[in-house]
Amino acid sequence: MNSYRLPRVRRGALAVWQRNIRVWRKLLGPAIAMNFGEPTLYLLGLGFGLGHFVGDMSGLTYIAFLASGVIASSAMTTASFEGMYSVFTRMVPQRTYDALLATPLEVDDVIAGEMLWCATKAVFSGVAILLVALLLGVVQSAAAVLVIPVVFLIGLCFAGPAIIMSAIARSYDFFNYYFVLVITPMFIISGVFYPISTLPEPMQGVVQLLPLYHAVSLTRPLVIGVELSQPWLHIAVLLAYALVGYYLAVVLVRKKLMV
Amino acid sequence: MNKPAGEEVVEARKLTKCFQDRCAVDGVDFTVTAGKCFGFLGPNGAGKTTTLRMILGLTPVTSGELNVFGLDVSRHAAEIRARTGVVPQTDNLDPDFSVAENLAMYARYYGLPAAQIPARVDGLLAFAELTGRRDARTDALSGGMQRRLTIARALINDPDMVVLDEPTTGLDPQVRHVIWGRLAELKDRGKTLLLTTHYMEEAERLCDELVIMDHGRILDQGSPRELVARHVEPEVIELRGAGDDILNRFTPNAQCRIEPIGTSFYCYTQDSAEILAQLREVPEVNFMHRSSGLEDVFLRLTGKELRD
Repeated sequence: MNSYRLPRVRRGALAVWQRNIRVWRKLLGPAIAMNFGEPTLYLLGLGFGLGHFVGDMSGLTYIAFLASGVIASSAMTTASFEGMYSVFTRMVPQRTYDALLATPLEVDDVIAGEMLWCATKAVFSGVAILLVALLLGVVQSAAAVLVIPVVFLIGLCFAGPAIIMSAIARSYDFFNYYFVLVITPMFIISGVFYPISTLPEPMQGVVQLLPLYHAVSLTRPLVIGVELSQPWLHIAVLLAYALVGYYLAVVLVRKKLMV
Repeated sequence: MNKPAGEEVVEARKLTKCFQDRCAVDGVDFTVTAGKCFGFLGPNGAGKTTTLRMILGLTPVTSGELNVFGLDVSRHAAEIRARTGVVPQTDNLDPDFSVAENLAMYARYYGLPAAQIPARVDGLLAFAELTGRRDARTDALSGGMQRRLTIARALINDPDMVVLDEPTTGLDPQVRHVIWGRLAELKDRGKTLLLTTHYMEEAERLCDELVIMDHGRILDQGSPRELVARHVEPEVIELRGAGDDILNRFTPNAQCRIEPIGTSFYCYTQDSAEILAQLREVPEVNFMHRSSGLEDVFLRLTGKELRD
């Protein structure tokens, strides 16, 4: 049993996903408050407040610019939180993974199920923001519904690295490093709050390697109703992050638990 | 679909599991027959849990052969687990679900058809005497109820073999008797039981065959009765509060093998009558006469030093 062998995705992943959605349903109230409350505050506070001083950005009202970017960054943070705090809880203190792995499920199935679930939660947050944006009159085209599968893909893309952090973490405190060193900088420089063309040129090159930049490049045109540029490139980058993340997460969780 | 009695359910040959610095299991051979209760008895760190984890395909085998249901564990772990139930050492019930939901969700992990699940859950709730608590949260259950639920959960797939890692550790005597009754019932239904324990009474009551392990090796194996007959004299007299000098009074003229254990001396003998008569003459010595058992075999084979 080589830890590095390629994972197989089987139907068992859906049972793991189903477990999580059943638990989520029990805590629906706080979950929905989180999904709607936070982005609404962001959009209203920054969009109108800051937007008053900013005026237009890249030919959009600031609130439209912001909403179409936050939908991507919110998918990122939702999937990351779930992949770290919740996954770690199930993997270590709660011993849920021990119970799962005593059945025919394998690490491959468990991690696939967790990633599907992280992506599902990202969709919940994305839909909430889309609805808020719709109410604020930001959404311009019916094509905006395509944001939903895109947000799912964004969730998959960020779930893998988060689960990798869970596999190597000794305690919850470890996740601070990932947030401070990875998630927050990416949030700030990937074009959510301002176009990356305002960054120095070498920096723009770096940003284009980051998944959040590609995520925003897909969500913004879809939400505001303009044509996508290079959609397949952006999708390919997100998919590559998701697949590599899945593989490494499976390997590291195998090394952690199957000893 | 239980296998007919007499077939081998688990076969281990030179089974070895080494970590970087030590070998937890060091070349063990054993065979578990269908429908029997097979025990792994040993002090902490003997390699019992590691052996079970290898049988379930939860840890790679370093060397040797291990077949379960005639399948190689390294290639068929998921198939083996599909026919096995597991009761872990530490309860890992899902705290986010009620009692009945724990069973129903577990059935999903085994891929059972949805239509079969409610009937199975009801049956197992009855078996575990938890029908009245079906909607309770698991953290509201007593330790004994949680254990019963964990055992019920291990039966959700109607397994051919049930693996129990110290099933009654930390439970009070009443609860242990209830659990033993349930396990005996499973054996009557033809299930193969694999059990680790360090309770001699548990092994003596439940196991048809057992191995005594220490430092990753098997010291001996057989039925509890065979092991007792092979390693210790049939009777024991425990002497308490007896100073070293007291032994001089009767050892020279008695058929008695003396073992100092803790603050007592154990006197193992083929015939206790003469020694007992002598002891009754010495009122300051407390003594207890009993038949020897697995505990005596265990102490003899694994030594007396403390284990952590």
